Amino acid sequence: MARQVLSSCALLLLLPLLLGPQAPLASAARHPALWPLPMSVHLSEDLLYLTRESFEITHGPSSTAGPRCFLLEEAFRRYHEYIFGYFLSPNDHLGGTQLQKLHVTITSADSECDAYPNSTSDESYKLVVHCPVAVLEARTVWGALRGLETFSQLIYKDPYGVYVINESEVIDTPRFGYRGVLIDTSRHFLPVKTILTTLDAMAFNKLNVLHWHIVDDNSFPYQSMAFPDLSEKGAYSYAHIYSQADISIVIEHARLRGIRVIPEFDTPGHTISWGKGQKDLLTPCYQGSEKTNSFGPVNPILNTTYEFMSKFFKEISRVFPEEYIHLGGDEVDFDCWESNPFVTEFMKEQSFGKDYRKLESYYIQRLIDIVSSTNKGYMVWQEVFDNGVKLKQDTIVEVWKEEFYRKELADVTAAGYAVVLAAPWYLDYITYGQDWKKYYAVEPLNFAGTKKQKDLVMGGTAALWGEFVDATNLTPRLWPRASAVAERLWSPKDVRNLDDAYERLAEHRCRMVRRRIAAEPLYIGYCEL
Amino acid sequence: MARPGHVGALLLLLLPLPLLLLAFKTPAQQTEELGAYVWPWPQKISVFPNQTFVLTPSLFHFQYSAASVVQPGCSVLDQAFVRYRGIIFGPGPWVTPDQPGLKQKVKSSLEVFVAVPGCDQFPEMNSVENYTLTLNDDHFILKADTVWGALRGLETFSQLIWRSAEGMFCVKWTEIVDFPRFPHRGLLLDTSRHYLPLQAILETLDVMAYNKFNVFHWHIVDDPSFPYESMTFPELSRKGSYNPATHIYTIGDVKAVIEHARLRGIRVIAEFDTPGHTLSWGKGIPGLLTPCYSGATPSGSYGPVNPILNTTYEFMTLFFQEISSVFPDFYLHLGGDEVDFTCWRSNPGIQAFMKEKGFDRYEKLESFYIQKLLNIVSSYKKGYIVWQEVFDNEVKLSPDTVVHVWKELETLPYTKEMYNVTKAGYHVLLSAPWYLNHISYGQDWQQAYKVEPLNFEGSPEQKSLVIGGEACMWGEYVDVTNLTPRLCPIEKSDEGLDLCPLPGPGQELWQRGFGAARQCKM
Repeated sequence: MARQVLSSCALLLLLPLLLGPQAPLASAARHPALWPLPMSVHLSEDLLYLTRESFEITHGPSSTAGPRCFLLEEAFRRYHEYIFGYFLSPNDHLGGTQLQKLHVTITSADSECDAYPNSTSDESYKLVVHCPVAVLEARTVWGALRGLETFSQLIYKDPYGVYVINESEVIDTPRFGYRGVLIDTSRHFLPVKTILTTLDAMAFNKLNVLHWHIVDDNSFPYQSMAFPDLSEKGAYSYAHIYSQADISIVIEHARLRGIRVIPEFDTPGHTISWGKGQKDLLTPCYQGSEKTNSFGPVNPILNTTYEFMSKFFKEISRVFPEEYIHLGGDEVDFDCWESNPFVTEFMKEQSFGKDYRKLESYYIQRLIDIVSSTNKGYMVWQEVFDNGVKLKQDTIVEVWKEEFYRKELADVTAAGYAVVLAAPWYLDYITYGQDWKKYYAVEPLNFAGTKKQKDLVMGGTAALWGEFVDATNLTPRLWPRASAVAERLWSPKDVRNLDDAYERLAEHRCRMVRRRIAAEPLYIGYCEL
Repeated sequence: MARPGHVGALLLLLLPLPLLLLAFKTPAQQTEELGAYVWPWPQKISVFPNQTFVLTPSLFHFQYSAASVVQPGCSVLDQAFVRYRGIIFGPGPWVTPDQPGLKQKVKSSLEVFVAVPGCDQFPEMNSVENYTLTLNDDHFILKADTVWGALRGLETFSQLIWRSAEGMFCVKWTEIVDFPRFPHRGLLLDTSRHYLPLQAILETLDVMAYNKFNVFHWHIVDDPSFPYESMTFPELSRKGSYNPATHIYTIGDVKAVIEHARLRGIRVIAEFDTPGHTLSWGKGIPGLLTPCYSGATPSGSYGPVNPILNTTYEFMTLFFQEISSVFPDFYLHLGGDEVDFTCWRSNPGIQAFMKEKGFDRYEKLESFYIQKLLNIVSSYKKGYIVWQEVFDNEVKLSPDTVVHVWKELETLPYTKEMYNVTKAGYHVLLSAPWYLNHISYGQDWQQAYKVEPLNFEGSPEQKSLVIGGEACMWGEYVDVTNLTPRLCPIEKSDEGLDLCPLPGPGQELWQRGFGAARQCKM
């Protein structure tokens, strides 16, 4: 092996003249399309060739991770396939210098190989592509995963159909640590396979949080161990349920790609489906003094409610290894509470007056205490903050209302809470034309506030709510529109040239298509097969 | 083409007596009470909610009536029978009904009767698509004038069947008399802005059949690419396609599309749009397009087809001769939309030609070109469809021309254009309100659904000139990755006009499809 490497590098010395005129031609015709653009990229004109048969990705000699690191082993195999898998490999390349290997070196004593990614995971990496061995260096496996994606994006085919990579150096780290995609499996059930495909595509875009809005009014597909009736009665059907096995498959698939899975169990509103399998959980609505057959939000005045929530969230905190749980708290409709004489009575007792926001806060407060006792952090939608609920200092507030979202960012951060931005990135709102540009143009830190406030912006979420989305249209609707958000959250602030972005994104989209992601086109054109 | 339209009327009289006791209900009532999820909604349907039949999947078959003039060996129906068995029952395994314990009657065949011979022809504008479907104690029979009507009836039959919770295939006592309101129910696909693989086109034809669409308008070439591989001018796709190896339609592909469509009663109307929208043509045929000038020198860019050269018409003569023979439909779509005059205006040769001909407006030059093109196409015994500009610019048209209305302008709403075109005595095809590529948030299918094609000022004679409509899926933002989901949940209908079968994002549909398994009611 060593001899082969040597002889191939000798070729580089012998053939500089021959390579000289070829290299610019190739790079003029085609070039790598990096997405999201790394922090710093230096590409040289010199090209190295790769072949499917001889190129390999392995652990670097000094890496703290080795063959026992299943996560990296899987990633090496996966990326070899992404690089070479979908093209017919030409039998012989034209000669020239060949890149033999990519060495992946983890430098931290703890590679975090068997851990779950979290909010402080280090995703930075350094990639040096040089003959005969390229080196990818990262402190943890999470950075290595991002670097592998970049490495795969650096490779392209020259006009003769040969795989090439420029000698290059990439230093990269994400601008924001929280880069999410929200999927909604309540309005429409999404098969596990669709979720796994979404995770694959997220990795191609260096997105790292799956915000799983798993249940809502319409259906309750999560199969609870403690309360099996919730899905038994609340799912669309027996075929529309996520078993515990399904959940662990999703979590592990995500972990292997450096993606956190944050489940959202939204209460006290958006809970109609909970009521089917959990008697007396929801507030019965009244018409005058008559009880109707309809139900409102979770009933906040009963002890049984909090007993249920305790047990339920204890389960959730064990099932999902993620340090945060999203507790929802948005869009609570007060009509039903107002109609209910017992709730009215309770309001009087508690001296809430007519302010039902106080009742909502009362509920949320108790819920938060329950969740805190499981040692989990929590995220909430902005209403919880707006309504003045007392929050723990490490609460993350997610801003979703588009009107005045900059003001909201300023207010939340001024109060000292961390914030995640979703408001300008509701991808379920479709329009004709290239709306990715709108998502791309957003600047998350463009609000009035001190540096300290801006530091509280964790990142953002591309939200694809499910009213009009199911497995038939999810992938083309999400990609490459979510890719625009991905670059905004990863790349440096000043990366925002639309023409350059169009070029790279069009090619990145084709790359996703080659990797079996049905990402829709940006505009007129075609993909090289 | 024989049109024995009386057969349907005759059949109506033969319907069994109990049916006469049933009042016809509105569609909403029908769907609610009777559980008949038929789309598009038939002209007349009555269902006995309390009388259900059970089909035995292992035995069930379609059978030509002894009296049918069409018998085994009929390609269209032989294949349709196989197809619909698969659509209705899937691959199995099936629950065999427990015969002795069953209260419902078991049925194991649907008789199919066709009155008029013909299995190997192509569907045409005048093809008759009516049918009656009778599912009662005595008869399980589908009667149609033509094989095309039988295809529509088979689709309806397949939509009437549901699966019970025990896994049995059930259908209610049903009587249907059906025929389309409009003869031209089309869908446009654009294979130039993005290439669509053959498979995607074939699948679209399948879905069209599920919606009783009967015209595939193939906008096959345009500015960005020329995927049609011409036998006479192979350079067109060699130079003008995105990729001459992978992004072309060979004659074999085109034949496959036409046959796949024919077997589903769908016409294929090819559009070769000129003189505008032709940049991709210029790559393979030097001299075909007008060189644009910047001052006194050619700028290097090109405009529409060059209308002043004899070579242009020589090319068109040969090219359309090929097209006329490759596409069997009587109609060709010749385009004629959105001609940009800037390039013509810049070209000194054209200016001289205008003077020579005494043309004071470039519309006249456009008309000059189109006129010559129409004469060429007419000489091949083809009819033609043109976009509305050709009419607007007062080109002389033959009386059987179909004008395709696509613009919705404040100054000229499409209803006004419908009036104008029919007033002038031409047939008209409506697409303006049905640009399905213009997506928006929410249930935009309702916009398309609400359209009433005859809702314009005009005499009954004028209205009778409306031959139907087309849903357009232009390709700026559409390729194989998003075509099907974009088409599907949308669609619209006017009794005979279109619609879509997939469980779209509408949650109600989704729930209905999987959640509520209905019982075979006794």
